[in-house]
Amino acid sequence: MIIPLEHVLLFSLILFAIGMVGVLTRRNAIGILISIELLLNAVNVNLVCFSRVSEDPMAGQMFAFFVIALAAAAAAVGLAIVVAIYRTRNTVQTDEIQLLKW
Amino acid sequence: MPQLEFLIKCGVYGLMGLGIIAAVGAVLLPNLFHAGLALAFVLVTIAGIFMSVGAEFLGMVQILLYVGGVMTLIIYTIMLTGRLGAKDVRAQNRQGIFAAIAAGFFVCWIGPLILKTGAWPQRESDSAPPLLSVEDLGMSLMTEYVFPFEVLGVLLFAVLIGAIVIARQDRPS
Amino acid sequence: MDQMFVNIKAALVGLSDKVFPDWVGVLVSIAVSIVAIALLGPLIMMYLTLIERKVVARMQNRIGPNRVGKYGLLQPLADGVKMLIKEDIVPRNADKVLHLLAPILIVAPALLVFAVLPFGRNMTAVDLNVGILFFAAISSIGTIGIFMAAWGSNNKFSVLGGMRSVAQMISYEIPMVMSVVPVLLAVGSLSTNAIVEAQADWHWFVFTPWGFLGCVIFFLCGVAECNRSPFDLAEAESEIIAGFHTEYSGMKFALFYMAEFMSAFTISGMTTTLFLGGWQGPLLPSWLWFFLKTYGLIFIMLWFRATLPRLRVDQLMALAWKFLLPLSLVNIVATCIWHFLSDEAFFTPAAFLVPLALLVFSYWGLMKLNQPYMPEKRVYPLVD
Repeated sequence: MIIPLEHVLLFSLILFAIGMVGVLTRRNAIGILISIELLLNAVNVNLVCFSRVSEDPMAGQMFAFFVIALAAAAAAVGLAIVVAIYRTRNTVQTDEIQLLKW
Repeated sequence: MPQLEFLIKCGVYGLMGLGIIAAVGAVLLPNLFHAGLALAFVLVTIAGIFMSVGAEFLGMVQILLYVGGVMTLIIYTIMLTGRLGAKDVRAQNRQGIFAAIAAGFFVCWIGPLILKTGAWPQRESDSAPPLLSVEDLGMSLMTEYVFPFEVLGVLLFAVLIGAIVIARQDRPS
Repeated sequence: MDQMFVNIKAALVGLSDKVFPDWVGVLVSIAVSIVAIALLGPLIMMYLTLIERKVVARMQNRIGPNRVGKYGLLQPLADGVKMLIKEDIVPRNADKVLHLLAPILIVAPALLVFAVLPFGRNMTAVDLNVGILFFAAISSIGTIGIFMAAWGSNNKFSVLGGMRSVAQMISYEIPMVMSVVPVLLAVGSLSTNAIVEAQADWHWFVFTPWGFLGCVIFFLCGVAECNRSPFDLAEAESEIIAGFHTEYSGMKFALFYMAEFMSAFTISGMTTTLFLGGWQGPLLPSWLWFFLKTYGLIFIMLWFRATLPRLRVDQLMALAWKFLLPLSLVNIVATCIWHFLSDEAFFTPAAFLVPLALLVFSYWGLMKLNQPYMPEKRVYPLVD
């Protein structure tokens, strides 16, 4: 590792916290998806950096690889849902989509 | 060469700083298009961090899949669902304070834990060649991790079909 | 002669090693490569504009630019001066920041890709061991620049052009990457240097059935990636008044053109590297071979432009998804058959004919399945 592991972990912690704020506060569904991508990336940074210092370097990189693929899948389906909602309800603000809310 | 190592270190810390600033932008910017671009920048900085720890393949996959694929998809959806030159509506809901408190609590809880754990594993071979070549990754994808790999293939196929079915326009019968 | 540029660089680094400590030498070596590429990119772009105008003019029975300098050789300089002193117009409702950043963000990836092109023996600026992946990844960043230009201009036509362009670039990226996979299978490495070295002794991949098909698919997708005719729907002047760069003028407009021409060059250079043996060739110095092959491919691009009419949007998408993508998947299978039949030899009859038969069969089958939509001939009963 070219820089101490703690600093990378702190970086990904801050990134995760920022993403969490985004998930909790964004009104727009696409904004929430953007924040979720931030969360997944913060996790990926951890996985890759641990793989660099661990005895079995393969596991971390493989997990990061699968996380990237799953994030792509999630984004594709999520955005398809957003487009479908926009078509029927004409809005993508999450607090205006309340048909099932009592 | 310690001088070069120092330069690389500065570069990595710089990337981290820029990444955090851009991440704040991605979460708080009222214009969603700008937020998307800020996220793209965060993803590029993270790819840079991957490269700096020797995961070159993963860094490139990150740029190819995230910046080239997922970001394009997100921005495309922003353009489909937003109106050109529309006035920005309120981007945040009313939970801002609670979210900030929760996130702050999270950081203040985990952060000291990370710093107090003194025994993080270290590997001092900084100038060593990348630990894993692309061949190694490919071999282990086809041997040790072949089951998750195949499951992932099925999942991506399902996603491909699912996304088309969900987003398809209903034909008037 | 062959190692001319390599020796110049080594001399410069040696010079700095005499004066400064050794870590400066590394920086000097990096700086020399960067300066060489940063000069080469714009230079190539300037003279490509001239070549394009000359060649297309000849094909249309005209003469082309011949006023400025001998044979119009100074025309690019004159154009450059004109672009520089033109007024830079920013629309009032434009998103100022995006409008400014977009051309830069489009040029930067186009220039970055030069880093992994092997211009000659020992003449790769950065010999990444993920070189091909770097190429694919960096050229996919360009779509974001186009989005920024389209959205930042705040113009209907720009958004239309941007949407078209991005849909096209995503679609064609998939067969493009798929058509590279056979080469990676045959070489067993992602590094551009290793790929060129695997093609020594006239073992150019274009001479194998899968390599020929891969070369054609890669080149076609490359032409589509850099939005050149006949795939230039995104900048169709007659339909959407030049698409995403409608609102640009002066130097920013020139940057868009620079990116387009530089990516035309890098696509040709990559095709050369992957399938046409890169800098391998007899007699002439290696870098000359690279440039000869690359400019040959660029000539084919200009030929396309002068010959073929523009595609329709549905034809464009159908070509990528229904024809090129399945064909490139079959191509991967054909490569595997070639690999196991040929048994390390480059040419054996069985290893040549079986993949060829498979590819010809699947080509024929796809052509059958992709019958173009022909509307029935209209009859007008009242006219007669």
